[in-house]
Amino acid sequence: MLQDILITGLINGGVYALLAIGFSLIFGVARIVNIAHTAFYMLAAYCFYTLLVVAKLDVIVSGIVAIVAVTALSVLCYKFIIEPVREHQAAVLIATIALATIFQELMQVSFGGNYLGIPSTIAGMFSIGGMSIPWQRVLIVVVAAVMLAITWAILYRTRLGLAIRATANDREVATLMGMNADRVAMASVAISVALAAVAGVVVAPVFVVDPRMWLAPLVTMLAIVVLGGLGSLKGSLIGALIIGYVEAITVFAVPAGAYLKGAIALSIMIVVLLVRPEGLFGVAFEEER
Amino acid sequence: MYLIRRAWANVKNEILVLPSRTLVAVWVLGLALLPLAWPDPYILRIVTMTCLFAIFAASWDLLAGFAGQVSFGHALNFGTGAYASALLATHLGLSPWITVWVGAFVAMLIGAATGWLCLRLRGSYLSLATLALPIILIGILFAFPKFSGGELGISGLRRLATSPEGNYAIAAISMLVSVFAMWLIADSKFGLVLHAIRDDEVAVRASGINTTRYKLAVFALSALFAGVSGALYSHFLRVAGPSTLEVALSFQVVIWGIFGGAATIYGPVAAVFLLYPFTEWLGNFERLSELRLLIFSVTVLVILLFMPRGMVPWVRDKIETACPRCKARNGAWRGECRLCGAGLRGVLGVAGRTP
Repeated sequence: MLQDILITGLINGGVYALLAIGFSLIFGVARIVNIAHTAFYMLAAYCFYTLLVVAKLDVIVSGIVAIVAVTALSVLCYKFIIEPVREHQAAVLIATIALATIFQELMQVSFGGNYLGIPSTIAGMFSIGGMSIPWQRVLIVVVAAVMLAITWAILYRTRLGLAIRATANDREVATLMGMNADRVAMASVAISVALAAVAGVVVAPVFVVDPRMWLAPLVTMLAIVVLGGLGSLKGSLIGALIIGYVEAITVFAVPAGAYLKGAIALSIMIVVLLVRPEGLFGVAFEEER
Repeated sequence: MYLIRRAWANVKNEILVLPSRTLVAVWVLGLALLPLAWPDPYILRIVTMTCLFAIFAASWDLLAGFAGQVSFGHALNFGTGAYASALLATHLGLSPWITVWVGAFVAMLIGAATGWLCLRLRGSYLSLATLALPIILIGILFAFPKFSGGELGISGLRRLATSPEGNYAIAAISMLVSVFAMWLIADSKFGLVLHAIRDDEVAVRASGINTTRYKLAVFALSALFAGVSGALYSHFLRVAGPSTLEVALSFQVVIWGIFGGAATIYGPVAAVFLLYPFTEWLGNFERLSELRLLIFSVTVLVILLFMPRGMVPWVRDKIETACPRCKARNGAWRGECRLCGAGLRGVLGVAGRTP
């Protein structure tokens, strides 16, 4: 049971980290609470399914095409739907909710509401210390780690990353320094959705694909982001690992845990918020008036 | 005769003078006459549901629009009302006329507790933390399936009235009373303080107002109305299930509230009265019933791109203008203000200065 908890927690944590860091990035740069974030994750899983199972393409080709297509779609959505109403925060909020519902219904109409399975892309087991883990699950952890490293490199080692961090810190000053805040926002939308799409592609063979698969991770992801502190990438990563392990422990060690896993994870978030209202690593945003 | 003439003068000078007031009067009259004019049980059922959701949407607006505490978990209060009322009715066998009130009261207590939890949170933190609350409650309910009915919920509740007309009357009257009560609250000094808290809480505190008390009060009040609607809903459908606590319902009320126009009370009500029958009507067509959620979302999105402040404020600006001098509202056809006589045509601000 202990190794189950260790492995499941790490896998959950990796997937949640990919989702939560992307969400945190958009929130930090553009102050958009993107409810459609996990809907893009669902879209990527469906896209991967179509290319791999229906069109019978190569695994790597379909994975990359799915990620690129979903990222391009997200940039288009941002440009034509979110940007025209950017000044009205409330309108942005329900625009993202409406987008998520639209994606869900489109998938429902085109694929039906049943669960779709994707065959494992890598066969075999990886054995370490007397237990064996399917390579598929190891892949999730490896991909998550690699993607997080790439994101870190983009944010801290490139000029674009500097611009993103500067805009997140102070939009007005960044604009005065000659950064195009709109383009920076678009770049961070692309990075963030790409992370979600990667998560969707790597988990698709392990979890099942269905039109409502975006709701459960959405709630957990929001809890993680709030737990770690909105806009803080380090907080999102640590929050993701905490919630991932808490869920794994509840499922394996508590009776009726499958029902309670969400409730316990969310209660932890609320307890943390009561003690520290800005989350574990929250950047205290100055009062925006 | 004198009384009739006086009443007519009142109607003419107070209601017909503004298109928005005329619309409200027509709407109330329409609700009152509907069971006489069109006593089809299916229509009555849809309008009954619309009325219940209208209370719910307006209560969200009181909390989110006026006080600025944008809650993503308003279904918590709806579901608490529904479940509390249903549990009392099945386990203790009480009459629904009592359990609805108790359910609303329980929802109010839970709402006040939510408010206490959320006192230190603001902005997006508050929205995202409240989103979690109904899901925690679902988890707890599912963990005790014997007590709560698990995923199927509690069914076989008694209705408040046996005939469709009776149920419709109860829903419509509760809706009118609650919505006008909320509108009065929002228009009172209390509502003014809420407005101020939304705009600048620090400044309100600096003016010597105990914002904590006001925030707790608005959480409790809003939960009370949401609880009433939830309890009535469960007794109308005769089942209280987990769908009353779902994320989808929390998002639905956000859509209604913002689509109609936040901080107006009548905006969300109008949005429910347009959108809910619209989606039900789409369900009538065999081809469209699968697509109705899709059509609903696309409609919301497209309308929002044109009216980002919400539909009702947009319409109101088209049919009415505000006098630049005395801020009284006038019908858009008038050339000068009905109260102070200032000109309303021409460039805004310049027109106000001409006598």
